[in-house]
Amino acid sequence: MKEINLTVNNRPYRLAVPPRRTLLEIIREDLGLTGTKEGCGLGECGACTVLMDGQAINSCLVLAAEADGKEITTIEGLADGDKLHPIQQAFVDHGGLQCGFCTPGMIMSAKALLDKNPTPTEEEIKQGIAGNLCRCTGYTKIIESIKAAAENMGGK
Amino acid sequence: MSELSVIGQRVPRVDAKEKVTGQAKYAADYSLPDMLWCKLLRSPYPHARILNIDTSKAEKLPGVKGIVTGRDFGGWSWGWMPATRDETPLAVDKVRYMAEAVAGVAAVDEDTAEQAAGLIKVEYEELPGVFDPEEAMKDGAPKVHDYVKNNISVEYHWNFGDVDKAFAESHLVREDRFRTARATHGYLEPPAILAYYDPTGYITVWASKQSPYFHYRHLAACFKVPLSRVRVIQPFIGGGFGGTKNDSLGGDFCAVLLSKMTGRPVKYIESMEEELATSRRRHSIIVYSKMGVTKDGLLKAVQHRAVADGGGYTAIGPLSMYLTGFATTLPYHLPNFKYDAYRVFTNNPIGAAMRGHGITHTRFAAEIQMEMLAEELGIDPVEMRMRNAIDNPRPGEIYETINKVTLKTCGLKQAIKEAVKDPLWRDREKMPKKEGAISWGTGISGTSYSGGARQMGHQACAAIIRLCEDGTVNLITGATDCGQGSDTVLCMIAAEELGIKLDDVAIKRVDTAYTPVDPGSYGSRVTILAGQATQKAARQVKKQLVEVAAQNWQVKPEDIEIRLGEVSVKSDPEKKMPFGKLARIACYSGTGAVILGTGYSSYGIEYLDLTNGIGNGACSYSFTAHTARVGVDMETGKIITTDFTLASDCGRLLSPVQAEGQIEGGAVQGLGQALYEDFIMDRGRTLNPTFLDYKMPHALDVPDIKLIDIVTDDPFGPFGAKEASEGSIVSAPPAVVSAIHDATGIWFKELPVTPEKVIKALKERK
Repeated sequence: MKEINLTVNNRPYRLAVPPRRTLLEIIREDLGLTGTKEGCGLGECGACTVLMDGQAINSCLVLAAEADGKEITTIEGLADGDKLHPIQQAFVDHGGLQCGFCTPGMIMSAKALLDKNPTPTEEEIKQGIAGNLCRCTGYTKIIESIKAAAENMGGK
Repeated sequence: MSELSVIGQRVPRVDAKEKVTGQAKYAADYSLPDMLWCKLLRSPYPHARILNIDTSKAEKLPGVKGIVTGRDFGGWSWGWMPATRDETPLAVDKVRYMAEAVAGVAAVDEDTAEQAAGLIKVEYEELPGVFDPEEAMKDGAPKVHDYVKNNISVEYHWNFGDVDKAFAESHLVREDRFRTARATHGYLEPPAILAYYDPTGYITVWASKQSPYFHYRHLAACFKVPLSRVRVIQPFIGGGFGGTKNDSLGGDFCAVLLSKMTGRPVKYIESMEEELATSRRRHSIIVYSKMGVTKDGLLKAVQHRAVADGGGYTAIGPLSMYLTGFATTLPYHLPNFKYDAYRVFTNNPIGAAMRGHGITHTRFAAEIQMEMLAEELGIDPVEMRMRNAIDNPRPGEIYETINKVTLKTCGLKQAIKEAVKDPLWRDREKMPKKEGAISWGTGISGTSYSGGARQMGHQACAAIIRLCEDGTVNLITGATDCGQGSDTVLCMIAAEELGIKLDDVAIKRVDTAYTPVDPGSYGSRVTILAGQATQKAARQVKKQLVEVAAQNWQVKPEDIEIRLGEVSVKSDPEKKMPFGKLARIACYSGTGAVILGTGYSSYGIEYLDLTNGIGNGACSYSFTAHTARVGVDMETGKIITTDFTLASDCGRLLSPVQAEGQIEGGAVQGLGQALYEDFIMDRGRTLNPTFLDYKMPHALDVPDIKLIDIVTDDPFGPFGAKEASEGSIVSAPPAVVSAIHDATGIWFKELPVTPEKVIKALKERK
């Protein structure tokens, strides 16, 4: 067991974790934040995407021990109370989701993209979500949602 | 239809907020105190006799609480029809495909369960396997099921008109062999279940099932309890697309039995690798297609011999082979048709349903072959389709195919006309044909799919609407939204019929203890059938409320209007009140009345004729004209797809955002089947059971998609709706393959068209 300190959605945690436990497992099972999904468990689908110190990462590939001292944001940490984050709102308004299983990871990848590049081109949006599979939407409305979010957030 | 106030509006999904905030709970997100974890042991052989299973070592591992093997299910088996119940929850005497489950373990955590499964010793006697359906049909091939001759799992022979005479009279006849891929659903949520068999004999499960009432019946039958003691509570479903989540799995039965044995809740989550290696995937079908035409290109006859790789068990195979044949007479006028279907057992994973079920195989073959004939005759591919396409029947008239499939509406000709007006097709000659190594091409398809599908003896489909005293309503149905947007559509239908706002309708997910029985989400049936049930339930509520309002104002019920939450008297505009007030009057009026409305669907209750293939397999049919532009790298064989235009006749679009999402999603899933997706098999082993190696389209692979609505108001659908989710997965592969031909001059008859196949074909041409 290793003791780690990390911040998740602005809340500090101190946890004792076994060496092979992943960040995804502690987020879902220890902290009960089930908004982050496990799809493939191999870093190929992006459903488990969270932000670690602002970077989009596959939390299934990161050991909990590696998250020691890090700041983590999950889908539950985006909305401000009842008010959706502009990216979430854009996904709602533009039909950027269907079954919803890829949605939390997709939105976190979009957040990482727009934080770094507030005015992405369509190609840059596609690159930004290239690590996130979606089987329902065909991506068209996801790309529209991210474009709209960029505009609503002030990028031109 | 101009007076509609909710239907046709561009509204967000009713579940969107739960999903974008991570609050929507899927099966794997549920936990119970004291819960155990289940893992399965799977066979390392595709075909082997089980001689002995020794669980003693696993039992001794600390943390292991229960172990089950095939014999613990007492010989119970299940299947789609009484005659095809050939599958047991765990293999008993023999395994018939690689990674078939043979034992299940429950332990205090997932790692312990997995470790324990590895400690179970199974003694196998390996048997010779058979992996190719055409080999499996031959005399002397290894037998997958001892009682089945030549491994034939399902066989149909249908014959309409006189194909021999028609071929003899044809100006030109072609015979070609086509093959579709071993494609899978590719949802991102692996199957999962949380099960609790409580000591008083009630079973409760939270399971990822797109058709939860199949599972409900399976559990009652397997555990020999009345249906009233089985409760399937529907979580959100992370994608379905048919097959696996439309059926029960070994892990489901193990979780329930292990819960019964231990008295504790048991959770089972399949790993994605297990899912991809064992999923009930789309059948790979070899289609021998023979097509005859007149010198003007008019279709004289089609003869199909379809040989499907069924894998180890029958599952939904009888329906798959029915759907592969019955709609071949659409969407082109076809006077003579013969269909010989063979679904064949092999030692591969099970072939089953997937979006575009059945029709996609034969329509791909027929569509490409028709264009090959057009090329030989020197007829333009659009002209060829226009000459053969079925006309839109006039209102009140019905078009009947030679096998008695009936159409009330058919927008194909209009769809083709609109699609070719779009610049993608219209200006194709002006676009570059060659840029460096890239050769560009544009292609077209014109296809059909069925909506409101039916199954054998499993039709009941109902809705209940309960009025709350504040004027909002609860909509209760047995229908499942596994992502397609049906909850939103059903709420819109309820709001439209009642004259209230969409926000005032709350839909409840399936809970078999409370919701009315329903077949499930497959065959594009929910909007049409559950939609009609919802419409009827809403009308019953409205009728009761109108009577209360009429009495209140002392007017005739016909004089009352309810629209967007306002109740008024048509003849006296002064008399009006909010819907909520009327609800309170109705609920508090002292009669004790509880305002409930119920309705059930009356569509599509004829019997499916599997033996002869006569009649409808659905309520109505969608039509799609699809154009595509691709670039083929003539050096590497890599294909890029830049544009899709789809003109779709889905009837009336009830919820345009949802319908567009379905059409776009289906088209991209179809793109995957045209270019990328195939399980690579080696003697029963799936060599690419990961998303790295089983390539699905990513955001960078998708073309710009333009949609054109062709609105036909079908009388057999609520508000004129037809299906809007499967047509585009059928239209995409032939459109893409037609574009590849335009770019390369080569006809590809096997899906997917991978770079390897392109390079090989280019070399062979030289």
